[in-house]
Amino acid sequence: MKFSSALILTAFLGYAIGLFTNMPWWSFVISSFLVALGVHQKPLKAFASGFLGQFLLWATLASIKDMANDHLLSIKVAKIFPLGGSYWALILITGLIGGLVSGLAAIAGSTARKK
Amino acid sequence: MRIVPFIISTVATAGLVFVLNTSLPLGKTKSPRLGYFLSPQQGFWQNAEATNSSFTEEIKIKGIRNKVDVFMDERLVPHIYAQTDLDAYYVQGFIHAKFRLWQMEFQTYVAGGRLSEILGSGKSDIDQFFRRLGMVYGAEQTMQRMEKDREMQATVDAYSEGVNAYIKSLKPEQIPFEYKLLDYQPEAWTPLKTYLFLMYMSYDLTGSGAKADLKMTNAKNYFGYDEFNQLFPNIHDSLDPIIPKGTAFLKPSIVPVAPKDVDSPYLNKSPNSSEVTTALTPNKNNGSNNWAVAGSKTVSGRPILCNDPHLGLNLPSIWYEMQINTPTHNTYGASFPGSPAVIIGFNDSIAWGVTNAGRDVLDYYDVQFKDTSMQEYWYNGAWKTAELRTETIKVKAGTDLHEYIAMTEFGPVMYDHHYKNDSAHPKYLAVRWTANTAGNGLKTFYKLNRAKNFEDYQNAIAEWSCPGQNFAFASKSGDIAIRQQGAFVARWNRQGDFIMPGLDSTYKWQGMIPENENPMIKNPARGWVSSANQMATDSSYPYYLGTARSFPLYRGIMINRRLAAMNDITAIDMQYLQMENYDVFAEMARPVILKNIDENKLTVTERKYIGILRDWNFRNEITAQGATVFKAIWDSLEQVVWKDDFQDAKNPLPWPESSTLLEGLLRGGIYRFADNISTKDKVETIQDDVMEACKKASVYLEKLEKERKLDWGTLKDTRVAHLLQLPALSRLHLPIGGGKDCINATTENHGPSWRMIVHLTDEIEAYGVYPGGQSGNPGSKFYDNFIDSWAAGKYYKLLFLSKDDISKNQKTKWHITFVNG
Repeated sequence: MKFSSALILTAFLGYAIGLFTNMPWWSFVISSFLVALGVHQKPLKAFASGFLGQFLLWATLASIKDMANDHLLSIKVAKIFPLGGSYWALILITGLIGGLVSGLAAIAGSTARKK
Repeated sequence: MRIVPFIISTVATAGLVFVLNTSLPLGKTKSPRLGYFLSPQQGFWQNAEATNSSFTEEIKIKGIRNKVDVFMDERLVPHIYAQTDLDAYYVQGFIHAKFRLWQMEFQTYVAGGRLSEILGSGKSDIDQFFRRLGMVYGAEQTMQRMEKDREMQATVDAYSEGVNAYIKSLKPEQIPFEYKLLDYQPEAWTPLKTYLFLMYMSYDLTGSGAKADLKMTNAKNYFGYDEFNQLFPNIHDSLDPIIPKGTAFLKPSIVPVAPKDVDSPYLNKSPNSSEVTTALTPNKNNGSNNWAVAGSKTVSGRPILCNDPHLGLNLPSIWYEMQINTPTHNTYGASFPGSPAVIIGFNDSIAWGVTNAGRDVLDYYDVQFKDTSMQEYWYNGAWKTAELRTETIKVKAGTDLHEYIAMTEFGPVMYDHHYKNDSAHPKYLAVRWTANTAGNGLKTFYKLNRAKNFEDYQNAIAEWSCPGQNFAFASKSGDIAIRQQGAFVARWNRQGDFIMPGLDSTYKWQGMIPENENPMIKNPARGWVSSANQMATDSSYPYYLGTARSFPLYRGIMINRRLAAMNDITAIDMQYLQMENYDVFAEMARPVILKNIDENKLTVTERKYIGILRDWNFRNEITAQGATVFKAIWDSLEQVVWKDDFQDAKNPLPWPESSTLLEGLLRGGIYRFADNISTKDKVETIQDDVMEACKKASVYLEKLEKERKLDWGTLKDTRVAHLLQLPALSRLHLPIGGGKDCINATTENHGPSWRMIVHLTDEIEAYGVYPGGQSGNPGSKFYDNFIDSWAAGKYYKLLFLSKDDISKNQKTKWHITFVNG
C-alpha cells in the first residue's frame, strides 16, 4: 500500500512540478524527496517506488509524444546518440534517467527520517 | 536521521543531477545536458510535433495595426493577407521565426563570426576569417545607409519586431530542437542580423576571390605570366554568352588605364609569393539557371519564366515559400528566413529570377605598415594613419579572442602578422570588396515585389550592387528581359586577378561601370533570354569581365540549344528542361578521348569500360554507368596532364578548368602540357596521356564495380545535409541524376535549391519545389517532405489566390489570425 501510494505520488507530483518549465528539469528531486519523507519506507523500497514513479512518468510522457509524432524525431535522436535509431531504447533511457535521479532523492528522503 | 546514508544519498543525488546537467565532451563537440535534453516536459520530446497538429490559432500581439490573416496550405506554405505593408512584414518576421528560428539565427552567427560562442573554440578559424573579411563592418555600413531610407528602415524594423514577438511568446520548452542540442538560448533579433545574413549571401556568391586571388598570384609567380595565361585563359572558345553575340554595346564612359609598371611588379617579374589560405570557401558551383521565353514560343502566347538557383543543399533549406498580399502588392515566391520580402518569385503582373553574375568584386592590396603596431601605412608617398577596429570573438567555455583589424584606404587588412599562414614573409593584405561598402540590396527586392512592368523592373534593379546577379524578367504584358546588374569595377585587363601593390593609388579601382552600361537585353528576336553563369558577353563588350575560370560554360550552351529548338512551349515542358541531365561537356570531350585511344593496346577490362563510354548517350541519369566511366577517365586525364606541372609548387595553386584542357585539346596540334616534365628522356603526346588516363581509370572503375558504385547516381550520392552536418538530421543517398555541367546541376551536396516556373497567363500558372520542407523542426513531418518530389523532378502547383478564394480552397488547411491586443 505504502509502496504504490509513494509511487503514484512521486509520479503525480513529478508531473505537476514539471509543468513549471522555467524551473530546472530536475525540480522533481524535491517532490520525490518529500514523498519519501512523508510516506516512509525502508531506503531500498523508497528507491524502488521513487525510481518507478518517475520512470513510468517520463517513459509514458515520452511515449505519448513519440506516438503522436510517428517516431519522426526519436529515430533521429536515437541515431545521434547513438542508439542505432531505436526509439524504444531512447524512451527506456529517458525513463531510466528520470527514475535514477528520483530514486536517489527518495533514498535521501527515506534516510532523512528517524527510524 | 541516519546521517551517513542520508549524506551519501544526498551527495549521490546532487552528483547525478550535476553530471546530467552538464555538457560533456563528446568527440570534437559536446553532448547536450542529458537530463535536460531527455526531460519529456522540457527537452527534445517537446519538439516532437504531432503529425496531426493543427496550426490554426489566434495570436494577440501589440505590433500590428489591423487584423492579419495567414492561411496555411497543405504544404504549410503561409499566405499572408494584411492591410498594410508593415503589418505584412511584421507577420512575415513572426512566421519566419515560428518555423525557422534556429536556422535564421544560426546563419547570422556564421556570418557575424560568432560560431565559437555556441560551438566552442573548434570553429574560431571561421569566425576570425569572417570578422577579418569585414562581414560585420559591411553589415554595419549597409545598416547605416538603409537607416537613411525611411521606407526600408520601417520595413526591416517591422520584420525584426515580428521575429522578436515570436521569440518572446516562446515558453522555455518550446525553443527549437537545436538550441536544446547545443544548449543555448535564442537572443533578440536586430536589423543588423538581417544585414549580416545578406552579407553572407554576398560572400557565398562573390567571396571566391578571397581564396582565388591568392592562389592565382601563386600560380602566376610559379609559371610566369605567359604559361599562366595558357593555363588560366581569359577566353572560352565555345562561349555562348548571356547577351547574344553581335549585340552592340554602348561606348564605355570609363576607360580604365593599366598602370605603366603593370608588366613588371604586377603581372610577372618580382615574385609576390603568398601562401595564405582561407578557412572557408564558397562552393565553386554556386551558380544557377534562369530563362524567360516570349509568347512567340509558347502555346499560350504568354511568356514563361524559369529559375533554379544552385546553392549548397541544406536542411533547413535556405528558402521558405510564402505569399504576401497587401493593398500595394500580391507576391509569391521564395523568401530568406532572416530577411523581409520575397527574393525570387512573381506577382500579379511580373515574374523575376536570378543567377549569379560571377564577376570579380573582391581584390587584395599589399599594404606596407611602418611597424607591427599597424598604426601607419605608406600611401602616396607619406605615412597615413590607419584606424584599428577591434572585433571580439566570444568562445564557449574559453577565453575571448580579439581581432585587431587595421582599416586602410583599400579596406580592412585581412591578413597581417597575427593572422597569417606558414608563409615565411607575411604580407599585410587589405581587402577591397564591394559587399562591405554600403549596399541597399533589400530595396531591389522590395521594389521587385511591387513591380508592374518592365520600367518598374529596371528601376528596381538599378541600384543593386552586390552580389552581382543576372536578373531575368517576364511580364504578363509580354515583355521578357535579362540584365546583369551589380556594382562592377571598371577594370583594365587582369586588374585584381592577383594581389595588387598597395603603396599608392595607382592600382586602385578607377571607377564603377555605370549601371546603364551593364549587359542587358530586352525582347530579343530569338524569343528568349537566359543565363547560366557563363560570361555575359563576347569580347566586344568594352569592359574586362574577369578571368574566364569564374564562368562555367556548358549549362548555358545546353539551355540555349534546347530553347532554340523548342516551340509551343508549356510550363510542363519547362519542368523537363529544368531536370535535363544531358552533359554538353561530355558530348564535346568524349570524341577527344575516343580519338586518342588505341584499343589494341587495352586489356579486356579496359576495353569493356571504353565500350560503356562509347554507348553512353551523354545523359547523367541515375543508372548511367557511362557517366561514371566518363568522369573517371576525364579526371584521370587531368591528373596525367597537369600533375607533373603542378606537383613541385610549394604554394597552393588553382587547378586549371576542365574547359581549359578540353579547349586546348580541341584546338588540335601539339599540346605542350601533354608532356610529362618528370620523364626527361621522352616527350609524351596527348595519345600517351589519354592511354595512361584510361588505364588508371580502369583500375578505379573496377574497384567501383566491385563496390556496386558504377551507377552514376550511386557514385554521386547526393545528400541534403543539416546545417550542423549531423547525418541523423540529414537526407542521404538521394536518387537523382544530373551533374555540374547539366541543366539539372545536382552534385553531391549542391544543386538546384529552388526550382520555379511561372507562366504569365491571366491567371498565373506557377510551379515550384525545393529540397527541404517549410518547417525547420527535425521533429515535424514538414521538415523534409519536399525532398522526394524534388529528387524525382516533381513540382507543386503554387496556390496564388485572392483572400476570398484561398479561404475557401480545399488545399487550405489552417488559418492563423493575428490581432492587435
